[in-house]
Amino acid sequence: MNEPILVVENLVKYFPIRGGLFHHQIGEVKAVDDISFNIKSDEIFGLVGESGSGKSTIGKTLVRIYKPTSGNIRFKGKDVFHIAEKELFFFKKEVQMVFQDPKSSLNPRRSIKSTLEDPLIVHKLAQNGHSRKKTIKDLLQMVELSSNYMYKYPSELSGGQRQRIAIARALAVKPSFIVLDEPTSALDVSVQAKIIRLLQRLQSELQLSYLFISHDLSLMRTVASRIAVMYLGRIYELAPTEELFRNPLHPYTRTLISAVPVVSEKEQQVKPTKQSKEGEIPSPANPPSGCAFHSRCSLADQICSEQLPELVEVIQGHFVRCHHVSLNIASAKL
Amino acid sequence: MEDRHILDIQDLHVYFRVYEGVSYVLDGIYLHIARGERVGLVGETGCGKTVTMKTVMGMLKSPPAIIRYDKVSLDGQDILKMSPKELLRVKGTKISMIFQDPMNALNPVFTVGEQLYDVIRFAQKRLDNEKNPSQKEIHDRGIAILKEVRLPDPERIMGNYPLELSGGMRQRVLIAMALVNEPSFLIADEPGTALDVTIQDQILNLLKELVENRGISVLLISHNLGVVRETTERAYIMYAGQIVETAPVDLLFENPVHPYTQGLLASVPSLTGGEIAEGIPGMVPDYTVAPSGCRFHPRCTHSMSICSEKKPSLTMIEPDHYVACYLYTEQKEQNE
Repeated sequence: MNEPILVVENLVKYFPIRGGLFHHQIGEVKAVDDISFNIKSDEIFGLVGESGSGKSTIGKTLVRIYKPTSGNIRFKGKDVFHIAEKELFFFKKEVQMVFQDPKSSLNPRRSIKSTLEDPLIVHKLAQNGHSRKKTIKDLLQMVELSSNYMYKYPSELSGGQRQRIAIARALAVKPSFIVLDEPTSALDVSVQAKIIRLLQRLQSELQLSYLFISHDLSLMRTVASRIAVMYLGRIYELAPTEELFRNPLHPYTRTLISAVPVVSEKEQQVKPTKQSKEGEIPSPANPPSGCAFHSRCSLADQICSEQLPELVEVIQGHFVRCHHVSLNIASAKL
Repeated sequence: MEDRHILDIQDLHVYFRVYEGVSYVLDGIYLHIARGERVGLVGETGCGKTVTMKTVMGMLKSPPAIIRYDKVSLDGQDILKMSPKELLRVKGTKISMIFQDPMNALNPVFTVGEQLYDVIRFAQKRLDNEKNPSQKEIHDRGIAILKEVRLPDPERIMGNYPLELSGGMRQRVLIAMALVNEPSFLIADEPGTALDVTIQDQILNLLKELVENRGISVLLISHNLGVVRETTERAYIMYAGQIVETAPVDLLFENPVHPYTQGLLASVPSLTGGEIAEGIPGMVPDYTVAPSGCRFHPRCTHSMSICSEKKPSLTMIEPDHYVACYLYTEQKEQNE
C-alpha cells in the first residue's frame, strides 16, 4: 500500500510521581511503554483502550505537547523531536489536533472569527482582512455551518457546533494529519453521527490521515481502517478493523468487544466469549508484572505473570501480544 | 390494575417559569412500571429524563416548577401530595437511587462504613416495626451487603474512604447502599456511565442479578441505547418532554416505528460495521418555544399537517408496542 506518513518507534513516556519532603521522584507512571506503529497516508488509524491505557498520551506526544522519555516519532521522514526551528513551523502546520471537550478547547472570550483567524495570521495563509474573512467563510462551509456563525461566541453554540468549530480551526492551516482525541465522546449519539460523517467526508475530500483515539469500539469499527488495542501503556493487539472484529485473538480484546452494550440481536451474535475474571483495571503507576492483563485474564498461568510476551505477527498484518495466542487461533478455526 | 403497577404516571406536565417566559419541559408523560419489571427511559441530553426522575422522587420544588398531572402514584400512593415526613420515609425504604457519578454521591470525609451505617439506621428509625438494632447487627448487615455486591475484603472496605476506592468499587458501594434497606423500587440514573466499558459491563450484570433475585422494580435512565437493551425488559423513548414510543426491548430495538427512534438507532455505530446514518436533521428545540403538536415534527422527514396541530397519543400498533405518531394511527383508522 502507500508509504507511512507517520512512524512511531519504541515510544516511551514515563511521568514522574513526586512526593516526600523535598518533592523528589518516588516512582513513575509508565503511561506509554515501548509503542511502535505507523500510520499510512489517507488512513484512519484507531487507538482504542480504557482509561489509563495511555492512548491520549500518545496523541499528545505526536503533536509535541509531551516530550517522550525515549523512542522517536518520524513524520514524513523527519524526526519530530529533532527538527530545526524553521521546519518546526512546517510541522505545526501539517499536524493538528482536535480535543475531546470543545467547551474547554475553545476560548470562551473570543468570537469564532477571531478563533479561526489566528492560525491564518500565524501561518500567513491570507494576506489581508478581506481574504481572511473569505477563508473563514469557506472553513465554516466546510464544516457545514453558515457564515453568520463567525460573529458568535462558543457559549452561544451547541456541543456539536462547537466541535465543528474545533475541527474548522484544525483545518484552517490545511494539515495533512490530524489527531482526534475522543472527538465525539461528549456528544449525543445523533450529533455524534453527524460529526463522524463530517470527519469521514473531510478525510476523503482533503486526503487527510487521522489518528483516531476512542474508547468506543463500535465507533472504531465504523471509522478506523486499522486498530491498535492498548492496555496499561502497551499495544496488545493490532490488526485491520475487519480482521480484529472477526477474529480477535487477545483475551483482552475479546473481553473488550464482548463488554460493549449493543442495540441489536445481530451484534449480540458476533460478540466473542469473554476471557476475563471479574476485577478492576490495575493502576498504571503499579502495573502487574509480565503481561499486564494476567491479573484479569482467564487463560493466564505461571508464565504470564513472569514474562512479557512479544508483539508477534500471527497472520498477515495481525499482531498479538499473548503467550496463549495459539489457543485462541485454534478455537477460531473450529 | 392498581396493584400491578409500582409506579404509574399519567399525563404529567411540568413547567418552569424562567426569564424568557414559561419553559414547558414535560408535555404529558405516561409511564408505568409493573412490579418486578425493569424499565428503561432513553433519550438524549435535555429531553426531560432527569426532570421525570426528580418528579417521581418528589425532588422538584414548586415554585419554580409547576406540576400538573392526572396521576403520579408509587405503590398506590400519590407522591406529590405526601408531606415531607412521609416522603422521607418512602425515600429511605421504598425507593432507592443510584446516581451516575459515584464520586459525587459519596461523602469524601466519611468512611464507607460510616455512610453505610447511616443508611441502615435511617431505615430502622423510619420502619418503627423493629427495635433499635445494636451496632453489631448494623455492622453485620453492612458486611453482608458488601459481600453481595462482590466487593473483596468487605471488612477493610468498611474502613476505607471513598477516595481510596476505584470507580468500579465506588459504584458497587453505591449499589450496596441502595439495596441494603430492601427497597421495592430502584431508580438508576445512568449507572456505570462514568466507568470503562469492561467495568461497566460487570456493574450492570451485578445490578441486574441483584434486582432480579429480589424482585425489585427498576427505572433505568440512560442515554446509552445498548445499556438499556441489555439490562431492561421494556423501554420508553423520550424526545423533548414527550414519550414517543414504548415496547419490550427486543421488539423496540429490532423493529422501531417512530421516526425519532429509527433515526436514533440508525445513529448508533454498530459492532458489525457499516456506515453510520446521517443522524437526525435539526436540533433539540428550545422549551420556551416548544413546537406544537408532536414536538418532533420540525425534524421529521414524514411530517404531515396534522403533526403540528395536535399531539399524537400513544397508540398500540401490536401487542405491547405503543407509539405516538400519526403515521401509524392514521393507517389504523384507514384500515378500520
